[in-house]
This record gives sequence, C-alpha cells and structure tokens, in this order.
Amino acid sequence: MKLITHNFLSSKCMKGVNVGFPLKISASDVKVTEVDFNPEFVARIMQKIDYPALYTATESIGHLEDLPKQMVENYENDEHFLKKVHHALLQLEVINGELICPETGRKFPITNGIPNMLLNEDEI
Amino acid sequence: MFPCQKLRVLEERLQCIEEFERPKVLLEQYVTPSHLGSHMLHTIQSQYGDIDQKIVADLGSGCGALSIGASVLEASQVVGFEIDKDAIDICLENISDHDLTNIDVVQCDVLNLDNTYRSNKIFDTVIMNPPFGTKHNAGIDMKFLETAFKLSNNVVYSLHKTSTRDHVLKTAKLLGGEGKVLAELKYDLPASYRFHKKKCVDVYVDFYRFEVDKL
Repeated sequence: MKLITHNFLSSKCMKGVNVGFPLKISASDVKVTEVDFNPEFVARIMQKIDYPALYTATESIGHLEDLPKQMVENYENDEHFLKKVHHALLQLEVINGELICPETGRKFPITNGIPNMLLNEDEI
Repeated sequence: MFPCQKLRVLEERLQCIEEFERPKVLLEQYVTPSHLGSHMLHTIQSQYGDIDQKIVADLGSGCGALSIGASVLEASQVVGFEIDKDAIDICLENISDHDLTNIDVVQCDVLNLDNTYRSNKIFDTVIMNPPFGTKHNAGIDMKFLETAFKLSNNVVYSLHKTSTRDHVLKTAKLLGGEGKVLAELKYDLPASYRFHKKKCVDVYVDFYRFEVDKL
C-alpha cells in the first residue's frame, strides 16, 4: 500500500464512525520502490491530497526525510517540492503492518502490501 | 510504436496472466479474456486518452487483467479493489511477474467502497468488468456502476450484458452518467463451472463509456 492510497482510505464504512480519517499506520515492513517522476501528475493529484495526513503518515513509518511540514505555496512549479511529495506518495510502500481507525481503534491488517478493509457483518 | 503493434504487445502481456484457480460461483469470477481486455484498454487510451498519466481505479479487479493493462499503458497510478483473498494472491503474482510498480490493491467490498474512501471523485478513470448479476445477485452490476460514478471525476468504462442495454442506459442516467455503447462484444466464457453443460458459453456484452457528471 502506497501512501497515496492511504491518503484516501477511511474507516467511516464502520457503524458509529463519523470521519474515520486519517487512519493511523503501524508499519513493520516498508519498501522503497523507484517510480518515474511525473511533475504534472503530482501537481494535479496534490489538489486532492490531505497534506497533514500525508506528513503524519510519512513520519509514522519513519521515512519523513526532508518532507516539509507545511505545504509550500505555488507548488505547481516547485519541482524540488514535488519530487519530495512524489517520493512520499508513490515510492514508499507499507508491506506489512496495520491501519488503525482513529475513532474506535479497530485494526485493519496490511499483509503483502494489501490493506484488508473488509468488515464483519456486525460492524456495518 | 505503431498503434497496432502497441495493441499486440498489450495483448501478449495480458495473455500471460494467471487465472483463478478455483473460480467462485457466488462472486461470478470470470477472467477478462486477454483479447477483449487488450482491445478495451487500447480503445480507452488511443481514442480517448483516458489512461496515460491518469489515476485509475479497477473495481472487482480479480486476477488483475485490467489493472495490469492500465499500468502497461502508463497510468500514473492504478488501484484495484477486490473482495477475494485468493484472487488478490494471484493478482500479486501477476503484478510481480510483469514487474509493475504502479498498482495498489485494496481488499474490500466494492458495494461498501464509497464509504471506505474519505472523499469521492478521486479517480480520473474507473474501469471494470463487473459481475453481470446473473446468479444470486441480480442488480449487482448496477451497484458497481453506482460506486464507479461516485469514485470517478470524469469517466467510467464498463461491460454489461447486451440484453440489458436499455436498463443500463436508463439507470446510468439516473445515477448521473451519460452512457454510450462503444462496441458489442462476444464474450466466450470457457465452461469454468460445473453447472455449465456446454464447453463454451457465448455471452453478448456491451462495452460502455460513461461520462460522469462533474458536480
């Protein structure tokens, strides 16, 4: 699971959960994969990214490196910044660990890179 | 590369995709045939440019045929959504055999998916080969379509049985999408299940493009 996917997942599918975002990550295994950098794509997807959630996620898996805490202004033309975001969003992959619902503490296992968001019948 | 050569390469890649070991009747697990999948994806990219540099979702991604095809055609990121762990395991093998780095798979129930996402309209393009809803799950393909419309900010590509065309177009309109049949296809399902008496069953399906209301 890449952090771009994490940035969109929530646990509000569960009964009684209002927002369910951002899910906390507890990672036991993280992989870094080289992915081609496409500044236009990153700039475009940034409009939909919750930046504080991305920052916290990157920090919680121990790969913060030099990602700035605040989103820079006019990032569309800031290739240096977009490259850092590209790394965080698309190159970091949680292979094993857990996603944790911020409201209920329910854990969603991540195995072989696949987050399992399936719920039991009584949780829906 | 010449367009037809590109199509051939795509089809060849989809031909080496591993299929369901024991397809599950309830989930209507059929692999998208490589010929069909490659022509679908090639059309989506060459006619409409809806894959290259896009963020693409594949609903009910199964063994990953459409996800892998979209990735080969240079989607920026593909996310497959699949309920069945066995299918996902095969899909992961396929992804690693093809050496692709831009596909994520999430295990979840597509019918509950719009609530598993914090906001809708994340994806540029949604592609899917949904269950046709022929067994004990009548109407499931329309539920997939409803979810697809919520996730996409632009366009949805899907397959539905030709016999249901009027219903599909009408339902799509109610759900906020303008549908167009791009092609009528013959889906030759190999007899994967014991209840199939004939060796091969031909099913006629429509290949649709839906433009989704932007909101």
